[in-house]
Amino acid sequence: MKSLRLYAILYLIFLYAPIALLPIFAFNDGTVIAFPLKGFTLEWFKELLTIPALHAAVLNSLIIAVSSALIATCLGICAARAGTRFAFPGKKGILGLIMLPLVLPEIIVAVSLLVVLLQLGLPLGSWTVVLGHVLMCTPFSIAILNSAFQSLDVSLEEAAIDLGETRWSSFRLITLPLVMPGIISSLLIAFTISLDEFIIAFFLTGTNPTLPVYIWGQLRFPQKIPVIMALGTILVLASVILLAIAEYFRRRGVARTGQADAGGFL
Amino acid sequence: MKDTLGVERPIIALENVEKYYGEYYALRGISAEIRQGEFFSLLGPSGCGKTTLLRTIAGFEELSGGRLMIDGKDMKRVPANVRPTNMVFQSYAIFPHLTVAENVGFGLRREPLSRDEKARKVAEALEMVGLRGYGARAAHALSGGQRQRVALARALILEPKVLLLDEPLSALDKKMREQMQTELRRLQRQVGITFILVTHDQEEALIMSDRIAVMFEGQIAQLDTPQQLYRRPNTRQVGEFIGVMNFLPATATVSDETHIEVEAAGLGRAVIAPDQLPGGWHPGQTQSVGIRPETMSILFPGETTDRRVAIGTVEDLSYYGDMTYYVVRLDGVDRPMTISMKNLVGRPVLDRGTEARVAWDARSLVLFA
Repeated sequence: MKSLRLYAILYLIFLYAPIALLPIFAFNDGTVIAFPLKGFTLEWFKELLTIPALHAAVLNSLIIAVSSALIATCLGICAARAGTRFAFPGKKGILGLIMLPLVLPEIIVAVSLLVVLLQLGLPLGSWTVVLGHVLMCTPFSIAILNSAFQSLDVSLEEAAIDLGETRWSSFRLITLPLVMPGIISSLLIAFTISLDEFIIAFFLTGTNPTLPVYIWGQLRFPQKIPVIMALGTILVLASVILLAIAEYFRRRGVARTGQADAGGFL
Repeated sequence: MKDTLGVERPIIALENVEKYYGEYYALRGISAEIRQGEFFSLLGPSGCGKTTLLRTIAGFEELSGGRLMIDGKDMKRVPANVRPTNMVFQSYAIFPHLTVAENVGFGLRREPLSRDEKARKVAEALEMVGLRGYGARAAHALSGGQRQRVALARALILEPKVLLLDEPLSALDKKMREQMQTELRRLQRQVGITFILVTHDQEEALIMSDRIAVMFEGQIAQLDTPQQLYRRPNTRQVGEFIGVMNFLPATATVSDETHIEVEAAGLGRAVIAPDQLPGGWHPGQTQSVGIRPETMSILFPGETTDRRVAIGTVEDLSYYGDMTYYVVRLDGVDRPMTISMKNLVGRPVLDRGTEARVAWDARSLVLFA
């Protein structure tokens, strides 16, 4: 038992130590990433505010992430509903193909997309990145929403129709509120995946880089590294807050519908 | 409900209703009329098509052939949400994110009523099912029996012409089920709405229904009152499905129209009245007779009777306190039969292996093809 505990502690250190270094060096008063620490400073955070190219990249990434999350989740809702409700020929094959990007090497997808887009003569830009990200995010959305739809009693929508509602209004009044925790989860996961996705963004982005592409570009300049550390600190903080919000909504949803809590992402 | 000629019109008329999925026939040639205000049951083993028929009436399944009339109107292309039927689902389908009152009042959403009127109707419906004061509760926190009541109130609040119940009691424990059976019956008499109940529990169907349609393999095998079904099943399959029935190989001969003689293994010859014959019967078809366990009795030593007596041996018995079920093999028959006896004062319980003198009546024989 003792060795198992030690293993667990080492594992956690390995997992989180690099991330713990981010805030340490973000507040360190020195341009070199090395111990011993020099002193406390907010200089790097202040500098973040003065780089217009960074702001443009953040804005670009946010627009792409929000669009990708919305599109992937909408597609996910349709696929999950069809997959859990209806039987149709080739269902397994179709769902399998939709889930494939989950395991496909991203670089292959990125290169193929680039080739296709160039062949079609379409200009690269934020929308092509959205296209690629939707491709990557949709399988995650489907996986999350599938479990949300599967736990739903098929009779619920029928009961609403029986009581006078149309197909659409019974979906809106009954199904949608009940799968809402799944939808929020899906939006959040897709948003996060799109926000930090690098390979597809690197290949398909036009003249406006996304945040990961911008960060990668900055790594060529050693004096910029503390600024990147500060940026990383903010991103980690934002992710934690985002996940906490998602978990709050998920638990509230579970409590409201009286299901057994089967555990979420946190 | 009468039409212009003053003739009683059925609330539901099924004319040669068919439903198939590809090659598989779920319903074949179903014809029946369900009367206004009756408690009607669809009874059969799982997979017999009873739930499909109910869902067809509700509008969740389209007909593949035939015609369905509700209250004199053809239901072709009439969607479920505008049909004058409401349903209580097997799972109850209570909306878990709404309160009890919101569940019960769900169907009133589209009704042109004021907020107060709706609240009053919801309160009335809750009162009717014995859930007064439960309106503000979260629906998911209710017990099984309470969910069932909410589902009933929710379906009845729109005052449908027909209430459809899909195995509504199967999820409840025995005691709760018995209580709900009585209550459903009371409720049906009180509101006067036609109830159609789907069940696989023959006892439940017998207790609750005015009439029962017994279904096998997508067809109605027999449609009758509970008493008629129990006493005069049309086929062996129906007799076997409802209650317990013993079968003995038999042959029949007809000397004239009112005098039919049956020769049954172990029992001997008996004269049968014409009303004991199955529909469409002719003598050469008879292969067996059926006889219910409680229509026979085992005479204790020294007891005399003016009924017919057959001789056999007690092979086994199950003692239930109020009743004893004997397994008796009649002389000259290879399959044993069941005989149930009330344990009256002074009547001894017979031991295994003793001789049994079985008293029976020709009136209780049913002929089968």
